[in-house]
Amino acid sequence: MCGIVGLHLRNPALAPRLGELLTGMLCEMQDRGADSAGIAVYGDPRWSPAGHVTVSFVPDASCVELTSGLAAEAVAGALATAYGADVAVVDAGPTLVAHVPGGDAELDRLRGAVKEAFPEALVAGFGADVAVLKGVGHPRDLAEAYGLPAAQGWQGVGHTRMATESAVTPGGCHPYAVGPDQCLVHNGSFSNHASIRRDLVAAGAEFDSMNDTEVGARFVADRLAAGYTVETALKELLTTFDGFYTLLVADGDSFAVVRDAIACKPAVIAEHDDWVAMASEYRALVGLPGIAEARIYEPEPERIYAWTR
Amino acid sequence: MDALSATTVELDLAAVPLRTVNALLQGREVAGHDALEVDTPVTLTNPRGAHAVAVGMDTPRQVTVAGHVGYYAAGMNQRADVVIEGNAGVGVAENMMSGSVLVKGNASQSAGATAHGGLLVVEGDAAARCGISMKGVDIVVGGSIGHMSAFMAQAGRLVVRGDAGEALGDSIYEARIYVRGTVASLGADCVAKEMRPEHLEELATLLKAAGFEDDDPASYTRYGSARTLYHFHVDNAAAY
Repeated sequence: MCGIVGLHLRNPALAPRLGELLTGMLCEMQDRGADSAGIAVYGDPRWSPAGHVTVSFVPDASCVELTSGLAAEAVAGALATAYGADVAVVDAGPTLVAHVPGGDAELDRLRGAVKEAFPEALVAGFGADVAVLKGVGHPRDLAEAYGLPAAQGWQGVGHTRMATESAVTPGGCHPYAVGPDQCLVHNGSFSNHASIRRDLVAAGAEFDSMNDTEVGARFVADRLAAGYTVETALKELLTTFDGFYTLLVADGDSFAVVRDAIACKPAVIAEHDDWVAMASEYRALVGLPGIAEARIYEPEPERIYAWTR
Repeated sequence: MDALSATTVELDLAAVPLRTVNALLQGREVAGHDALEVDTPVTLTNPRGAHAVAVGMDTPRQVTVAGHVGYYAAGMNQRADVVIEGNAGVGVAENMMSGSVLVKGNASQSAGATAHGGLLVVEGDAAARCGISMKGVDIVVGGSIGHMSAFMAQAGRLVVRGDAGEALGDSIYEARIYVRGTVASLGADCVAKEMRPEHLEELATLLKAAGFEDDDPASYTRYGSARTLYHFHVDNAAAY
């Protein structure tokens, strides 16, 4: 099982409702997995203000509570010392979201500061536009703990997990956001992930978990870093990975869906003038505005469906 | 009773629990609800993609579902006639025994899986594994079907007005497949066969029953089992 939801807004007027719509979608998919639920939100003004770079992290990578247990001000103080300038920290339940003004150089420094001040932390995601929230618990409880219903932005990706391949920890929680502004969620299981992991490790990749999906995410990140587009990276993933998978992959520009050749893991796409949405099941899409006019279809196996902002 | 003159009962799935709705459709008594007479037509509103809508009926009832449904809609149907005014999720009409199910939109994978009888019509496309292990059902698809359809199909007829995906009819037994469009590839032991007069007649009857009587049966190709897998062949021993 596991449930996937994603929403890519075409009409900016819907941006204030992104979190509310994603919450409805995520909670509808909780029957497909209630071990954990994670979310990636692109463009939220609290988490990722324009002109800032953001690092999302779970201070205690073994956390199973709905809160990090740390005060945002204290964390901001610790990060400011490590970073050498002020750092804003937003409390999002088990995850904390830190941001500073700047670009790529500041993003690298901020990631370094998080690692220095919180060596045991799990970095959930980083970039100019994305906040990635992870935790362990029931999807509905986590959505509230993250403050998801109030989130805004132009794109969001969520996942409800039924754990099969690795431990129920924040590190096993999707989305895997291992490159700047990237995220990947997965329904299914990869069967040859261990050998691909070895190749990636040999090439210098560092892993946060023993999860199979993280291998897929690091594979895509590796290809994107080498100059591939999301579409060409996923084409190579299709020929490299064995197993069952429906994947939703997003970055700062794109939103893409792909299924393996057997296509036993479900997927439904709905396209509307105002948005593109994808979910494991149609019922997750029912609450979207204008769903009755949307074009609804099931993606075909081994075909890459991609939308660009 | 003439269905048009019978009063249709409307059940709102947003207000009445699914188990209650299914129990009523199955003719069982539920406290707080009027029992449904055997031949009372029923309309279900607000299905909102719910799973297991209108399953396990065994009376000749007419049921209309006003919207999209989730998995296993009208599963195990016997004698009832179900119209789904939308798309259907995985396994619509799975294990149907008799009656009919009409999907006005598209169907997801495994439509009509293991069904023994009745008629399943999908006006749009059906995804992968349509008619997998079908055991006597008739399936008519207005559009195209996905890969591995009619896998291990044992009996019944599958009619496809569009195209068929990869590995059609893999390991098929005695089901008959009629496809008007192209077939991406045939599965093991599935071959194209001659359209004899009885097949043209059979196909015309199926198309008429599904509301596609304007199609020319001669524009279809019949596929079925080459029957080379029925018995163990020693030359294949190395393949095991």
